[in-house]
Amino acid sequence: MSAVGETRITYDARGLAEPHAEAPRVAEIDGERAEFDAHDLSTRQINLELRRLIYEENITDVTVRNPGAKHSLGVGILARCRITFDGSLGYFGCGLVDGPEIRINGRVGWSACENMMSGVVIVESNAGSLTGAALRGGDLVVKGKVGARTGIDQKGGSIIVLGDAGAMTAFMMQRGRQVICGEVGAGLGDSMYDGTLYVGGKVRSLGIDCVPGEWTDADTEFIERKFRIYGLGSPPEFQKFVCGKKLYNYDNLEPSERKLVL
Amino acid sequence: MCGIAGIIYANGQRDVGRDMTRMLQSMKHRGPDSTGYALFGPHSHLYVMRYTLADANDPRDFDFHDRIRRNKGIVEARLRRAGAHVHEAEEETDYAYRVTFEYRGELKELTDLVEDVPGAEVLSLGHSLEIVKDLGDAESVSTQYDLGHFQGTHGIGHVRMATESDVDISGAHPYWAYPFGDVAVVHNGQLTNYFQWKRRLERSGHRFQSECDSEIIAVYLAEKMHGGASLEEAMRSSLEQLDGVFTYMAVTEDSLGVAKDEMAAKPLVLYEADDLVALASEEIAIRAVVDREIETYDPYEGEVMVWQR
Repeated sequence: MSAVGETRITYDARGLAEPHAEAPRVAEIDGERAEFDAHDLSTRQINLELRRLIYEENITDVTVRNPGAKHSLGVGILARCRITFDGSLGYFGCGLVDGPEIRINGRVGWSACENMMSGVVIVESNAGSLTGAALRGGDLVVKGKVGARTGIDQKGGSIIVLGDAGAMTAFMMQRGRQVICGEVGAGLGDSMYDGTLYVGGKVRSLGIDCVPGEWTDADTEFIERKFRIYGLGSPPEFQKFVCGKKLYNYDNLEPSERKLVL
Repeated sequence: MCGIAGIIYANGQRDVGRDMTRMLQSMKHRGPDSTGYALFGPHSHLYVMRYTLADANDPRDFDFHDRIRRNKGIVEARLRRAGAHVHEAEEETDYAYRVTFEYRGELKELTDLVEDVPGAEVLSLGHSLEIVKDLGDAESVSTQYDLGHFQGTHGIGHVRMATESDVDISGAHPYWAYPFGDVAVVHNGQLTNYFQWKRRLERSGHRFQSECDSEIIAVYLAEKMHGGASLEEAMRSSLEQLDGVFTYMAVTEDSLGVAKDEMAAKPLVLYEADDLVALASEEIAIRAVVDREIETYDPYEGEVMVWQR
């Protein structure tokens, strides 16, 4: 039964939207913890089960076994809770989340954690391209390497990568921080507006308007704090890069702030 | 969008038809228009040629079947006239055929003779390469051409979401590298200097069967390899000379290669194990043949990788 004014999708030509799917209610619940096997479930069933557990059953610690590299898992979770994916995720994993603490014991495909608002996501293996695209807040830690355009259009939060990163890392970055411990491909920080980049390895080339920045005590404090929180060992020596502010004429105000000034 | 996949086994022949179908079917959402396979079966001293005489969505007018039968007769007569001794001629569908023959002459001459027959298109020609492509998803194409039992050493495949040209067999991948035997290509992306390269390659005598930009890659590699370059060398030079966004896979009789453009704009996930190497646009395709947690990664921009079987 749909609520008044709510539009339900009923047309599903490609057979992917599953408009009539329901939460399969397969999780084993033990107090505030729950666990279920996703091997034979569709993307929508897995997400519905997750939402049922977190929003309806008030579970605060969910483990999803065998996610099988399916796409769009764990998206749009807007609650403080702990989610563990015991395996790899496909594309768009954990996007649009606000609050959860997610651990992925495997790899993630393209666009993991896109538009994350807050929370923590820890990826134990590698990540694809566009990791943390348009990230607004929270911490995203990738223990392997990442593909190209990591943190494209990043607007806040921190992305920490222990391995290498590909081309155009931090492309059009607007705010936030990225810590790449390994090497970085061509065009680092191309057309960035603001934000800070820390790179431990070799940089193949800097993008337009990305320039070396001056190291301060605040940088040391930030790096040490993040490495301590996530138990990443002792940090390597980093180079810092920031926006040269030669490419655009702009101010630093959010639209709401600009309205106040004007 | 399109999806591509490839698999190469370390120890001889396996169920490459079944494995490729699983990989491609799991990526149906990337392209439901058509599906294609380039599979390498056992090497034979005979040539195997796959060709079509009509498209799957051609209108079936009153004399369709008569015309096809007549044209099939002309193709076989032309093969004989070119000096080929036909061993077997199989009818796969009412417009697609597989023929094996002995032949010692030039492949270009033979192909041109066949393709001069109205409606004829040679999909593949070689000692072990077989290209099968048709409209629909992987399972329907596999069922239609009975690929479930196809044993082979390696193969590539493609699910197509048509963006640059029509939904038909000519526009479907893989592309055979005319007139170079046993070479085929699948491509995910767009090439922006397509017309420039098409004109260049046409001037040196190559033909293009489709309006699809991806066909350029196959013919480009064929020309380079004809000039003495290895598959890997030809693929490396393509990174410099082809503009656009692409991840493509190329196969020869004993190798499988993959190349990514300088921007890494199109996806590729790679899994390397002792018994096989599998690669695809999405990990979910690899998991369709290796159903357990595996270590995979995305190769970086500008990378060319080649595996030998």
